[in-house]
Amino acid sequence: MREILADQIIDHIKDMCIEANCHVSQDILQAIKEKKEVEASPIGKNILEQIEENAYIAKNSMMPMCQDTGMAVVFCEVGQDVHVTGAPLTEAINEGVRRGYEEGFLRKSVVKDPFFRENTKDNTPAIIHYDIVPGDQIKLTLAPKGFGSENMSKIAMLKPADGMAGAKKAIIDIVEQAGANACPPMIVGVGIGGTFEKAAFLAKKALLRPVGQQSAVPYVKEMEQELLDDINCLGIGPGGLGGFTTALAVFIETYPTHIAGLPVAVNISCHATRHCSRIL
Amino acid sequence: MAIQLDLPLTEDKVKKLKAGDQVLLSGTVYTSRDAAHKRMMDQLEQGEELPFAMEDNVIYYVGPSPAKKDAIIGSAGPTTSYRMDPYAPSLLDQGLKGMIGKGDRSKEVIESMKQNKAVYFAAVGGAAALLADKIKKVDIIAYEDLGTEAVRKMEVENLPLIVVIDCEGNNLYESEKEKYNRRVEHV
Repeated sequence: MREILADQIIDHIKDMCIEANCHVSQDILQAIKEKKEVEASPIGKNILEQIEENAYIAKNSMMPMCQDTGMAVVFCEVGQDVHVTGAPLTEAINEGVRRGYEEGFLRKSVVKDPFFRENTKDNTPAIIHYDIVPGDQIKLTLAPKGFGSENMSKIAMLKPADGMAGAKKAIIDIVEQAGANACPPMIVGVGIGGTFEKAAFLAKKALLRPVGQQSAVPYVKEMEQELLDDINCLGIGPGGLGGFTTALAVFIETYPTHIAGLPVAVNISCHATRHCSRIL
Repeated sequence: MAIQLDLPLTEDKVKKLKAGDQVLLSGTVYTSRDAAHKRMMDQLEQGEELPFAMEDNVIYYVGPSPAKKDAIIGSAGPTTSYRMDPYAPSLLDQGLKGMIGKGDRSKEVIESMKQNKAVYFAAVGGAAALLADKIKKVDIIAYEDLGTEAVRKMEVENLPLIVVIDCEGNNLYESEKEKYNRRVEHV
């Protein structure tokens, strides 16, 4: 049984909070650059330029790219031959978030109770998804999620008869309703199948894929491309102020489901889609 | 070319602004978002004075990230405006002349903007480090306990904005989207 110290996990999570919030990832920056060259709307083009300039300022001054530094979402793959010592794993992850948000001057946006809304002042608790996998490593992926776009996410419980066409329409409708509120250009994460909560989880997990990396499943890959083309025909554009750059990517994850159902969840993310991973 | 616009925002200035205008805004703006708006509403109902006079002023919907030691503010981009829609008409009735945020507004807000001659600006959502660069001075003037949601008085210099809804109700979110809309129906 391999041992990993909780302190190591704390340090990694802390550093990842700061790194993810201040560095626009290369895949997104590259996509913004490419779209800037072809965007037909002058206002849209100008917004893409501002997004690009913002990325440089954020990186150079180690400032968060967006003031909404999100709720910390952690995907944690735990090898079944690993033993965490010194503190429970969940506590270590939360302590890492606590330190990262404090030391990185990141905004603390979490409230204790959904109605009474007192700020926890340290951005904890994180949302943690555990997956037990073979091996003796831990893979940590941190994805801070802002709520401008999170608020625009939705799930549709379709009928099997709605099929692929129905799923596509539901996804496009959700993106269209999100419009300017979700800080386009967006990354659209889609989860199809499973149960109500599995579909939502898959939609969030889909957002972790780098822009440009399409699904390995041929029909899903085709669906992703068609949806991206259709979404970019909605006219929403950068900032919602018109244009052909509404989304940079559509990522779909699927899962087996029940004979009676077709859950389709859409987790919308803004151009400030952030994530970074480390393997311990 | 962007229009240089200085605050306060008088009715004369508002009337000249048209949806689609790019603006570089300079002067004093006040920040307020969800929790601060709710408190201001409570104060209005109680007949109490608001933390700042609305007349000819502009509210920036922002909850900045904390300032580092050598900085006056952290990242400071716009937050989504529709959450402030239930409160905006009351503040417009008090003389508020401009709002800065992102995303569309409700019919009620647009009607109130037409009636009260006010304008809605969008800043680029997520461009928070770039926008923070244009903020030169910051003071918390009310509701300090709300942290990032406290009301701040800010001096801004050449804050890059776009007039999205003007005082006649012309709405760029609708008109520009229409220009590029090629929606294909599959079902």
